Amino acid sequence: MNLSQPDKEILILIPVYNEAASIRGLVGEIRELHPEIPVLVVDDGSVDGSAAAARAGGARVVRHPFNLGDGAARQTGFLYALRAGYRFLVHLDGDRQHAPAEIARFIDFLRRDEADLLVGSRFLGSCAYPLSPGRKIGMQLFSLICSLVIRQRITDPTSGFRGMNRRALKVFTGGYYPQHFPDADVIISAHFRGLRIREIPINVTPSRSANLHRGGTIVYYIYKMLLSTFVSSLRLKRDRIEF
Amino acid sequence: MPFTQKLLATAMAVGLLIFIIETVRRRKLREEYAWLWVLVGIIVLVLALWPALLKRITDLLGIELPVNTVFFFGLMFIVFINLHFSVKISLLTNQVKRLAQELAIKESRSRPADGEEGQRIQDSQGPGDGCAG
Repeated sequence: MNLSQPDKEILILIPVYNEAASIRGLVGEIRELHPEIPVLVVDDGSVDGSAAAARAGGARVVRHPFNLGDGAARQTGFLYALRAGYRFLVHLDGDRQHAPAEIARFIDFLRRDEADLLVGSRFLGSCAYPLSPGRKIGMQLFSLICSLVIRQRITDPTSGFRGMNRRALKVFTGGYYPQHFPDADVIISAHFRGLRIREIPINVTPSRSANLHRGGTIVYYIYKMLLSTFVSSLRLKRDRIEF
Repeated sequence: MPFTQKLLATAMAVGLLIFIIETVRRRKLREEYAWLWVLVGIIVLVLALWPALLKRITDLLGIELPVNTVFFFGLMFIVFINLHFSVKISLLTNQVKRLAQELAIKESRSRPADGEEGQRIQDSQGPGDGCAG
């Protein structure tokens, strides 16, 4: 198979970790809206039967033998999409905070080829997203850092609703993609590796598990993100990938 | 240096070297990790047999007591080897992650519903092969 000639259009990716309660319904809803688009669920070593629930909903399932991290789960999906020859990929979280109805907008944008990486932003939309003051400050800090480093306004670097084309898939599978918390550092390293990034507004339903699946403490998160953001903006020129 | 001290240091160095060589012989320690420890054993042995060398190094560095020279280099070595291990652990973590991802994708191939696509995935060699994190 010639990897440079994709022959399938779109794959929808949902990385999950212990989301058995919601994944079947979510997959079913997406299949109903877009029966022609395959849904891939990457089960990151769940112990609650998420994989079976996803299959029952009509998804293809790739199951990690043990828990690797949210970033690794996404990357497995990228690898799958790239090798299977998909042109575009849209990924969303498995906890139903993202509305399947918005996938169509991502697909439209991707087809127009105006960006390689689309980031769904809950702060560009019309609805006010409720956040605790601590998280709000943290998010503003990282969106400020991210925006300053790449010299482009990024309002929601932690968003898990993103779309990308094969250029982005190649970048994210060929080099660095964080195993945990793939947030601002991914956007920064994508920028420095020559990808065009664009944010589009999305509406988000706050969900209980939205905080849980990120795991870890807020202090570790801030440390990791600062260090990772810093090195992402350092090691760049030589990491640039020619297409 | 009193004879008993010299004897103790020499015995320790020889014991360390024998232990390292024996673990390598039994394939419990890989050669690429053994060299650092062999080096330590040899340095301890040389200093035990030739204490004047330690005195000379101590004077050269402007340290007052030879024992502090030993502590200084001992600590430096421990910091260095721990850093080395952290790097190795990071490498292994990346490799384990990539192996688990490859295995997961391969296993999905064996499911009838995903069969055709999975076969293609296995046949192709993506640019993502390798252990980059």
